[in-house]
Amino acid sequence: MRLARFQDSFAAALLVPEPATGPPGLASQPGFAVYRNTVMKGCIDALQANYPAVARLAGDEWFRAAAADYARASLPRHPSLLDYGADFAEFLSGFAPAAELPYLADVARLDRCWTEAHAARDETPVAAAAVAGLSRDELGRTALRPHASARWAWFAERPGYSLWRRNRVAADEAAAALTPIEWHGEGALVLRPHATVEHLELDAAGCAFLDACAAGRDLATAALEALDCNPHADLSRLMQRLLEAGAFAEMTTT
Amino acid sequence: MHDDKDTQGHGLAEGSQELSRHKSANVDTILSAGLGLKPLHFEQALAAPADGLWFEVHPENYMVDGGPRLAWLEAIRERHPVSLHGVAASLAADAAPDPAHVARLAALAGRLEPVLVSEHLAWSTWGDVYHPDLLPFPRSNEALLRIAGNIERLQDALRRKIAIENPSHYLHIEGHEYDEIDFLEELVRRTGCALLLDVNNVFVSARNLGASAQAYIDAFPAAAVAEIHLAGHSPDPAFGERLLVDSHDAPVAPLVWQLYERLIARIGPRPTLIERDDKLPAFEVLLAERARADTVLRAPRRIAA
Repeated sequence: MRLARFQDSFAAALLVPEPATGPPGLASQPGFAVYRNTVMKGCIDALQANYPAVARLAGDEWFRAAAADYARASLPRHPSLLDYGADFAEFLSGFAPAAELPYLADVARLDRCWTEAHAARDETPVAAAAVAGLSRDELGRTALRPHASARWAWFAERPGYSLWRRNRVAADEAAAALTPIEWHGEGALVLRPHATVEHLELDAAGCAFLDACAAGRDLATAALEALDCNPHADLSRLMQRLLEAGAFAEMTTT
Repeated sequence: MHDDKDTQGHGLAEGSQELSRHKSANVDTILSAGLGLKPLHFEQALAAPADGLWFEVHPENYMVDGGPRLAWLEAIRERHPVSLHGVAASLAADAAPDPAHVARLAALAGRLEPVLVSEHLAWSTWGDVYHPDLLPFPRSNEALLRIAGNIERLQDALRRKIAIENPSHYLHIEGHEYDEIDFLEELVRRTGCALLLDVNNVFVSARNLGASAQAYIDAFPAAAVAEIHLAGHSPDPAFGERLLVDSHDAPVAPLVWQLYERLIARIGPRPTLIERDDKLPAFEVLLAERARADTVLRAPRRIAA
């Protein structure tokens, strides 16, 4: 059998639990299951490593069954498994067994933010002092590019950030037992300005502000978009929090 | 007298009587026994005593734009030799290796200056899908030509020799035109690559296919061996001891240690790695396993006549 044909039929047989086809005489040998199991285990382990808060919240058994469903539909496209499951949050939001657990997709989204922040390009954040020196007029004409590691998400209907934290940050587990989660919309900024991944709560206005910054708008425009979202937003406090967090990496004044 | 010249062009181990010597600004050491390195053990690995110790990683886990993982590996590299053991070049696929993957591997190798680079006699990427496993193929002439070409591409991109590892087998495949050792020797002859002999894979394959592990170990071309792997295996949950799985989730088995000692007695010491990828024990437990291999490597032995 030609090599390419062998690989076509072998790869196809890997995905079928009880293959009727496959390379002649191979899929019926007990050893074929070792390959099928290893491929599936590799995919599921990678998803579990990339989505630890989802796995913790949903439980191992539920998570691994969901991950197997995901893997059967979308095997990895390239060998860097850190990147595997980039659309797992979307998968969960359309996954029938998760219909009553809509917050799993939110938690998945923040797990993905963490992975992307962790592996992002290293760069030095803009210091708060550099911005403090600008006049009000210059400030309006200044654009701040978000740091390469910065990822943010707003969850309008659910406290996505609190749910994620309690399942991802060991120190927050104990606190979780004491304080009930307040059920309202919540967002987060996840970033790695230096060596470790950090995160903070961000409201809808804050997310709109960062969206505008990422689109290259100047701060005057970004401020308007944030106020559009919430007319009472405290923009100077928002700027201060973002700068202290190291959320920007490039400043351009025109 | 040391006239076992590098006729196979492996260039990694300095002949059959010596462990390879690795020199750089910060490291001047004999490569003895090494350990597979996991992020969980970074702190302890960094602090581990350096005498002959080296670490091996899967480069695919470090193909990132930046961040602490890469920074950690670079810190380890300042203290210890590091080897890159690829699992995803898919050299046995009937296709050229993905140029983007090769470029990322070359960039990582350029950054780390690894002491050894290796890959597998297997395929994993087919079409636009990456299968996280090392898949088998019929060792035909067609496959030999394709794989030799793929090894050459990779060696050209990395501008160095790589070592090719013998895989674990679970299936009787029709259409082999070469036995595995002849096939590997032919690859060495055509590409100048070196070989990585995984003793556990030999044991697992021999058991699963009903062959002699000893005969394989005894026939393996000594001069081409640049590195040796030792790992644990486990019985298949459904078929038990009749079907062994190269699971890397257990200590090296006693019979695998015996094969290893037999191999070293014949070919002399070579850089040897303890691989553990699952059910990770404490770092000290791995260091103890590594010390056992180190003892085998450093034992005085008679020079063959």
